[in-house]
Amino acid sequence: MKNRIRALLALTAFLTAAAQADVTLLNVSYDPTRELYQEVNAAFARQWQATNKEKVTVRASHGGSGRQARSVIDGLEADVVTLALAYDIDEIAEKAKLLPADWQKRLPNNSAPYTSTIVFLVRKGNPKNVRDWDDLTKPGVSVITPNPKTSGGARWNYLAAWGYALKKFGNDEAKAKGFVASLFRNVPVLDSGARGSTTTFAERGQGDVLVAWENDAFLALKEFGPGKFEIVVPSVSILAEPSVAIVDRVVDKRGTRKVAQAYLDFLYSEEGQDIAGRNFYRPRSQKASAKYAKQFPRVNLFTIDQIFGGWTKAQKTHFADGGVFDQIYQPGK
Amino acid sequence: MSSHPRRRRGVLPGFNLALGFTLVYLGAIVLLPLCALVIRSAALTVQQFWDVVTAPRLMASYRLSFGASFIAAAINTVFGLLLAWVLTRYRFPGRRIVDALVDLPFALPTAVAGIALTALYSNNGWIGRYLEPLGIKVAYTPVGVLIALVFIGLPFVVRTVQPVLEDLERELEEAAATLGATPWQVFSRVIFPVLLPALTTGFTLAFARAIGEYGSVIFIAGNMPMVSEITPLIIVTKLEQYDYTGAAAVATVMLLVSFSLILAINALQSWNRRRYTRQD
Repeated sequence: MKNRIRALLALTAFLTAAAQADVTLLNVSYDPTRELYQEVNAAFARQWQATNKEKVTVRASHGGSGRQARSVIDGLEADVVTLALAYDIDEIAEKAKLLPADWQKRLPNNSAPYTSTIVFLVRKGNPKNVRDWDDLTKPGVSVITPNPKTSGGARWNYLAAWGYALKKFGNDEAKAKGFVASLFRNVPVLDSGARGSTTTFAERGQGDVLVAWENDAFLALKEFGPGKFEIVVPSVSILAEPSVAIVDRVVDKRGTRKVAQAYLDFLYSEEGQDIAGRNFYRPRSQKASAKYAKQFPRVNLFTIDQIFGGWTKAQKTHFADGGVFDQIYQPGK
Repeated sequence: MSSHPRRRRGVLPGFNLALGFTLVYLGAIVLLPLCALVIRSAALTVQQFWDVVTAPRLMASYRLSFGASFIAAAINTVFGLLLAWVLTRYRFPGRRIVDALVDLPFALPTAVAGIALTALYSNNGWIGRYLEPLGIKVAYTPVGVLIALVFIGLPFVVRTVQPVLEDLERELEEAAATLGATPWQVFSRVIFPVLLPALTTGFTLAFARAIGEYGSVIFIAGNMPMVSEITPLIIVTKLEQYDYTGAAAVATVMLLVSFSLILAINALQSWNRRRYTRQD
């Protein structure tokens, strides 16, 4: 019996030692960042090894942004979250109190080390001649976008269209609503996530235009070959800021705050910014922006704070049950 | 086993025990978590609960979910019986392979089934491209939902009916034939009554499974509010919006409706069994 206890203690000590030697981080992210974080994680591990002589393994988990946030709320031990929109991290702060409510102020640029925007992907030769948001509301043009109630990317799509309409109609909310409603009347399929919509458009051949993340549109060009699709950049679009944050309660419990902080800082470093640009995210740093300037077309971008007064408000007005998006689909309205 | 008293009732032996076990098991695995859901939805007032579960979008989704599930289970009952009949009564090369194929919808991850069906039936798919000129759209319409539900429900009927058919004594049919019964009479008066309980169970299982099916349907349904949105999707949508109580409320309604439907079918079955027992 005594021997067994001793063996057990030895085993525990061994396992603890092994755990100390190898630091692991869990990064809970959203759908289209797979390729980005694969590269970031490897580069960060190299850098950490070189400066701290410690092996760090970053695991990444991907899925719809809202679903991922919910997993963290329900107890998934994420050291850092890198989600599609600030609102999802707000929810983690509010519902599970895992990080302070003012988390967004802790890192530069609204805690968004890279940005993206919303563009159109059309079939080769642009047969329906889609040039701007107006064309998406024309009869006979079939538009593919995911459901804003389930997809973070789709919320950016919806808000981008809404922002365009507000500008076009001089801030007339009723007209903007009519505009967005007629756009959604052209949507034949509402997938639950951005990647699902890309599949519906690219592989199932549904629709004339896919409203998509800029990085996903570039990725689709790369994936399916440049001969099949073209990117069309609208005159106005939204500045999408996918946010990152440390989950305080988790890193304090696991003792990983230092490395988690370094991981997020790495995203802002020149190397991290370069990786972001290479993966079709718009970098923040001047150097990387200049390097990838040719890759990204110039778009007139507005922010969510300018037009909608922040995520919490936008979420409540547009995507909550009975909100504007639901009203579009109510019969007789 | 032949000494089992229930055998005389003409029902597959062990059926009651199996069903009892199934219900206890379902209670532990399914009802318990759902009780938690009901408690969760109790956070709403009666008025709020009512408003949530009777929203027009939800009413449309109930019609689709329960309607399509019912039709799919009915289709599966007819064709499942046919399949079970062929598999038990005829010997042909490749029978074992066909027999194994029936189980495939059980084994296949539902998402894979959904993607495969969508690939087939979308307007550039193998089947969809020939249906489109005829003006028939399957993928991204309620018909697509029906197809997916037929697919996943098939094994339930075949696998419940098949063993009963195998146990059926052929002497009964022969005796009926020698007494001058036409083939139709043999089927409707001798075979069908014995099969009926198994058919009802198969129908119920296929129906229940179809009501809850999510994975395969969302790929082919198109998920348009008011048209092709199933109730489980609305629950998932509510969860994505962190509306746990709303999701629980809808889940409670689904639980109540499915449970009363299944209860009604089971009651019908036991009434039916008593009727045939009396005729003995």
